[in-house]
Amino acid sequence: MIIPVTSKPRTSKANKTGTWRSGKKPHFIQKECIACRLCVMVCPEGCISGDKRCTYIADYKYCKGCGNCVAVCPVADIEMVKEEWWRETIS
Amino acid sequence: MRQYREGSHAVAEIVRMCKAQVISAYPITPQTHIVESLAQMVADGELNAEFINVESEHSAASVVQGASATGVRTYTATTSQGLLYMIEVLYSIAGLRLPVVLTCANRAVSSPINIWNDHQDSVTVRDAGWLQFYAENNQEACDLHLMAYRLAEDHNIMLPVMVCMDGYILTHAYEVVDLPEQSQVDKFLPDFKPVHCLNPDEPISMGVLMGPESYTETRYAIHQTMMDALNVIPGIADEFERVFGRKVNCLIEKYRLEDATQVFVAMGSMVGTIKEIVDGLREDGQKVGLLKVIAHRPFPKKIVYEALKNAREIAVLEKAISLGEEGPLLSDVKSAFCGYGNQPKISGFILGLGGRDITNKSIIEVHSALSGSQVDVKFIDLKI
Repeated sequence: MIIPVTSKPRTSKANKTGTWRSGKKPHFIQKECIACRLCVMVCPEGCISGDKRCTYIADYKYCKGCGNCVAVCPVADIEMVKEEWWRETIS
Repeated sequence: MRQYREGSHAVAEIVRMCKAQVISAYPITPQTHIVESLAQMVADGELNAEFINVESEHSAASVVQGASATGVRTYTATTSQGLLYMIEVLYSIAGLRLPVVLTCANRAVSSPINIWNDHQDSVTVRDAGWLQFYAENNQEACDLHLMAYRLAEDHNIMLPVMVCMDGYILTHAYEVVDLPEQSQVDKFLPDFKPVHCLNPDEPISMGVLMGPESYTETRYAIHQTMMDALNVIPGIADEFERVFGRKVNCLIEKYRLEDATQVFVAMGSMVGTIKEIVDGLREDGQKVGLLKVIAHRPFPKKIVYEALKNAREIAVLEKAISLGEEGPLLSDVKSAFCGYGNQPKISGFILGLGGRDITNKSIIEVHSALSGSQVDVKFIDLKI
């Protein structure tokens, strides 16, 4: 009997790491954004996307709420907010 | 062909005939002669394999793990401290279901440092998920290596196999061994076909994180496979006999067990000494027999019970001890009787540690102690 301990590429998307958040999530204010893309680069889940100023957003299915984007934003345009309905946001 | 060969060299010949493709090992006495021979064969072009020199046993095990994951036949050998240094990787190899074959040239474990034979090294790693076989003599060591590759790579098993042979007593002993022809080996051992393998054209990850929701099932699968192996082994042993014209025991061997009321149970080379004593005691009219345990894992519990159920006094002789408890094989034999009524007396004897000779006198001492009350741990030849 063999239960494979293998996985194919890109299958880790099945793991919704958003369940790891513990009550706080980054909120993209989208007012001061200069599109420097630092938030995209520091995100350990690679779940922040956007192209022009004030278009950046995190995919909360995968956002672990680490706050790296908040810490790195040079114009303080991202803030950590308490989430009331966080379970719904990832479902 | 029958040849007069050193045990290590004979095993190396078998590994050559099994066409191991990647070999990695770190030299450690008394295993060195095996891999030294293989390195020579590779250098001389007699074996088309990659011999990878490494700086430690941990790396040697890691190399064969990685190589096996790419779908090639692998081999490594070690002993004692080296085997213990491999432990982390041994568990990983079994977990990945990679059919690595390893020879353990059994040796004592430090401290005090001791390079001579006992079974403490391999017995310590019995829970790693490797099939473990113990050889009585060099012929059996050779045959068990052939069986090892065949079993490990069987798609119903896909688990690593450790063949244990006593350091010096077997590895350095010259004996006549019947080495097979290459054509026979090719017939018995087909090319290795992996179930999963690392291939850049079809990339996969091996050894992924598996949480509480799925880890248990991977352990269950290994255990279940071990149990299945008990049923698979006899069929493959029959095939071995058809191809090589020689019987190979892989689970147990019964020696003069019919009507025996007093039975010795042991593994490895000391079995040869015990057979001599059994013959002597039989000549004196005593109903004595011997059960040789070859497969320590999977432990053929039911077969052991059936072989021993008519005995009244059983002596389990071991070259290893679970310090603070008893000999590990004794625990296994006792558990084989658990749940059955009319249990015989089962005593445990520890001897031959760190290379101390097991003489005829040692076995007679065990036999004399058998008629007394049951003992869990009695050291034989103790100088205190």
